Amino acid sequence: MSEPVIRTVGLTRDYPMGGETVRALRGVDLEIQPNEYVAIMGPSGSGKSTLMNLIGCLDTPTSGQYWLAGTEVSRMTDDELARVRNRQIGFVFQTFNLLPRATALHNVELPLVYAGLPARERRRQAEQALASVGLGDRMEHRPAELSGGQRQRVAIARALVTEPSIILADEPTGNLDSTTSEEIMKILEELHRTRGQTIVMVTHEADIARHAERVVTLHDGVVSSDRLKAA
Amino acid sequence: MLALGTIRAQKLKSFFSLIGAFIGVMFLIAVVSIVKGMDKYVQEDFAAKIFGINTFTVNRRPGVQFGNPGDATRRAWRRRPQLYEDDFHAIRAALPSDYLVAIESSNQAEGVVGTKHSAYIQVSGVSEDLFKIRDYRIADGRIFTPEEINHSANVVVIGTDVADSFFTGEDPVGRTIRIAGFPYTVIGVVEKQGNVFGFSLDRFAIAPYTSEIKKVVNPHKVVDGIIVKAQSDAMMKAAMDRVEGLMRSRHHLRPQEDDDFHLDTQEDVLSFWAKISKVLYTALPLLVGVSLVVGGIVIMNIMLMAVAERTREIGVRKSLGARRRDILAQFLVEAATLSTTGAALGILAGLGLARLVKAVSPLPMGVSPLSIVLGIALGIGVGVIAGVYPASRAAKLDPVAALRFE
Repeated sequence: MSEPVIRTVGLTRDYPMGGETVRALRGVDLEIQPNEYVAIMGPSGSGKSTLMNLIGCLDTPTSGQYWLAGTEVSRMTDDELARVRNRQIGFVFQTFNLLPRATALHNVELPLVYAGLPARERRRQAEQALASVGLGDRMEHRPAELSGGQRQRVAIARALVTEPSIILADEPTGNLDSTTSEEIMKILEELHRTRGQTIVMVTHEADIARHAERVVTLHDGVVSSDRLKAA
Repeated sequence: MLALGTIRAQKLKSFFSLIGAFIGVMFLIAVVSIVKGMDKYVQEDFAAKIFGINTFTVNRRPGVQFGNPGDATRRAWRRRPQLYEDDFHAIRAALPSDYLVAIESSNQAEGVVGTKHSAYIQVSGVSEDLFKIRDYRIADGRIFTPEEINHSANVVVIGTDVADSFFTGEDPVGRTIRIAGFPYTVIGVVEKQGNVFGFSLDRFAIAPYTSEIKKVVNPHKVVDGIIVKAQSDAMMKAAMDRVEGLMRSRHHLRPQEDDDFHLDTQEDVLSFWAKISKVLYTALPLLVGVSLVVGGIVIMNIMLMAVAERTREIGVRKSLGARRRDILAQFLVEAATLSTTGAALGILAGLGLARLVKAVSPLPMGVSPLSIVLGIALGIGVGVIAGVYPASRAAKLDPVAALRFE
């Protein structure tokens, strides 16, 4: 059996709040195989954002373990985590989070800048990523000159450019209208289908979660259900 | 790089950030340029013109003073004995013939030619070596001879300003000029000397010290100064020792008594100027330092604001894999770019200021490449130091919190 790309055991995250401690995650055990398309759902306060931050290595757990692509990352240093984020994880945010004063091309190049790639190689890979989301002709545009859907596509290209183990999408269509939302979901599906990309998507909308193959639901900091979509 | 883009986008903030480095470096460049130019001028032109090389003057009191000598000192100087023509003869006899020795006594007097008159001509009674000592070359006519001195001839050699204003377009030689009411025959015109700090050096009339001029310049047989010119610095110093000893014995001074006369050299002017430039050079780092510190604080505060405003952006960069040192470097470069730009503008402004001073005053200007390099280095340094704190705050931001920031 192939190794899971994500494996967590007893993941917990506590936050000091006021004089007390809030337990956002109370022991999550999760396994995600390569090439899975998983949606994580749950009401607000369920801990799904916290889980996403931990999976994305933006944060470290209070206790428990997390293996990403076979390496334990739960006790890594800041610099090591940064490297993992750079190489293994591609984020897609609800609010796109593009640098407003940089062109689409430079936005997509940014992870490669931090990876230390030389300029020519960077440019080539960035252009390729933008072409794969259908924005080959908009590379020199700034975000302000692009529509919402186009901006999210730039964000997806940026997430892909380092060929990460997982794409982590947090409410990727939250700021888009329904037509554009469909557009974006189609792109994600295509990435999953043609490139075998593992996708973990956090959403509170059932309609969006429908696009995934598997839905993991959180409640009060633990996994309350974990179901494969009926074929 | 993106740094310049950020700066262009936030022009007002950038302007304020630049100010400190700009002002500090501007003053640095301007003052150094002006002082350096003055240095050159004083050493090459001024001292030589006023005093001459390897030359010293025996005076009753110091010709050049730094600061106020005080009433007591001035009273002491008034009690000093006068210098006399006999002192000149004694010094001339005591020094070998390869030294030049001359009398010079001066005053201001009125000159009249026909209907033209001028109240302020510098008139002097001199002996013939003076022309060689001061390197007064003749443009027209000749200087007076020892015989004319012996016969108290009322002849006069004039400067070009006097020639131009009184004898416009004509040859002054052979003409008559009345000085303080008495007529003198013009026998020569000295070559143009130029001016010093805006004052003309060509507004003079020189006559033998034995002529009628002696009544204009001094009481009977008194002289203002005796000038000695040597062939080398070492010979000048030897002569100074000799003359000092001679004058002390003529004034019957006891060994423990101070000199009651003064030997002036261009050293006095040079050390006077050295004192002034020392004060300027001491004040300068203070002025520059204050501007740079203020500028640095402004940069630091503006960068802190920038970091706060771009918290989200920093979170995004970290999510893409930026390490702490990447964020640190990014903001340090932005801060250094700001201050270096200010410094570069300060250099241009400083040079412009020095040039302006040169244009509206007789002060010269000399550019110092070292000060320009220093200006740039200070620009970079201030930026980096001021940027360290904001940059490290940026670097330490928690990515989760930063991404949630609005």
